[in-house]
Amino acid sequence: MSLALQTYSSVKDANAALQAAGARYIGGGTLVVRAANEGDISVSSLVRVTDPGLSRIAVSGGKVRLGASVTMAAIARHPELAALAPAARAVGGPAIRNMATVGGNLFAPSPYGDFAVALLALDATIVTEEGELPIETFLAGRDTSRAIVTAVEVALPEAESFRFLKVSRVKPKGVSVLSIAALLRRREDGTVTAARIALGCMADRPIRALAAEKALLGCKLTVQEIAPALMTSSEGIAPITDPIASAWYRAEVLPVHLGRLLLV
Amino acid sequence: MAKVPVQFTLNGSEKAEFVESGTTLLNALRDKIGDTSPKGGCHQGTCGACSVIIDGELRLSCLTLAETCGGADIRTTAGLAEGGVLHPLQRAFLDAFATQCGFCTPGMIMAAKVLLDRTPNPSREDVVEALSGNICRCTGYEPIIQAVLLAARANSQNAA
Ligand SMILES: Cc1cc2nc3c(=O)[nH]c(=O)nc-3n(C[C@H](O)[C@H](O)[C@H](O)COP(=O)(O)OP(=O)(O)OC[C@H]3O[C@@H](n4cnc5c(N)ncnc54)[C@H](O)[C@@H]3O)c2cc1C
Ligand code: FES
Ligand code: FES
Repeated sequence: MSLALQTYSSVKDANAALQAAGARYIGGGTLVVRAANEGDISVSSLVRVTDPGLSRIAVSGGKVRLGASVTMAAIARHPELAALAPAARAVGGPAIRNMATVGGNLFAPSPYGDFAVALLALDATIVTEEGELPIETFLAGRDTSRAIVTAVEVALPEAESFRFLKVSRVKPKGVSVLSIAALLRRREDGTVTAARIALGCMADRPIRALAAEKALLGCKLTVQEIAPALMTSSEGIAPITDPIASAWYRAEVLPVHLGRLLLV
Repeated sequence: MAKVPVQFTLNGSEKAEFVESGTTLLNALRDKIGDTSPKGGCHQGTCGACSVIIDGELRLSCLTLAETCGGADIRTTAGLAEGGVLHPLQRAFLDAFATQCGFCTPGMIMAAKVLLDRTPNPSREDVVEALSGNICRCTGYEPIIQAVLLAARANSQNAA
């Protein structure tokens, strides 16, 4: 194995270095170093950026800007990020959370990407030196995107309106059978006026449950009224099969867990 | 392959080595520096046997590149005993029979150490959470959880 690490102090220089064949960006390294350890020879050099700005968390006006190198542990312990903490805490064990970055989670293939599922439900904005993209567009094009993600911007939800659930078999921490994040706006009487639901493990990357989002509009969160949304939740999904669960199993249990999340 | 210099503090003493670029900290510690207390169980981040403490935080040395540790303060289980006297966690692992083959033990102890450094009187749930990234194939975990709780009690008695 030959793997060379290149260190840059600026994103601009690193972006240039990434144009070389076999070069790959390294965030926390939990996926790229693991791939190298497993004998992935498609990567010959790893490019890292030491700019401390990438590790900055800035909260203001109900919004947060998370530098791409911010770790799951830093989010989980941040006093103003309680809304995001459950999703950050859902990633790996303590050592993984000290290493795993926001930027890396955006690229993590299923069954990983639990934090990205939360960001998708929250309609985060992905920032690169080339500009900004809505997360949905970013995720769709991530296989060919070359630019380093520098930050993620997201409006912090009110605690009541945002729900996150990760289902795993190994307790307390394990790889996802699935994860679900839901942002719900409701009227005083509890009627849903807006819904954004993101699913993990239901494709090779986080996706939205568009049909279920639509079916929830005008509903109250009761067993009867959410039933049509649960029925349609598997529309457009193509779950992964891995040692944790088959695609069939994941599709079978999705409505059950979505129901539990909506009825809490 | 080009060699690169790395310099860090290991259990309080300065280390300087040349490693091949891309070498993991685990391999640098074991093969270059001779600290074999971190174990290579999976090299995939899954087992936790390679856990070390870098600048006060629990890390997986198998997924950390040695070059990124320049100037860091690295702690391993090999540095815990002082003058032949075992660290309270090591003592508790022995007393509670929390070690069978022992392969997971150094990683478990590192994970437990960062917990006790921050939370001297942890609950059982705190311990389970702190050890959740570490796999043990022998003990069934219960003796390990008991050992960590025992070490916490021993610490608080010493402090009292
Ligand atoms: C044992 C174990 C358990 C895990 N458990 C979970 C889990 O429960 N949930 C979960 O979601 N994930 C999990 N993961 C996967 C992974 O740790 C996380 O997804 C993590 O957030 C990835 O971030 P990283 O910084 O380590 O990525 P890296 O390994 O550094 O990078 C991953 C990929 O993203 C690219 N990349 C990283 N940052 C950027 C950036 N800023 N701009 C452009 N490209 C970038 C890299 O080039 C690479 O292709 C686990 C991994 C392991 C090894
Ligand atoms: S060897 Fe590092 S986690 Fe298993
Ligand atoms: S004692 Fe053998 S793996 Fe834990």
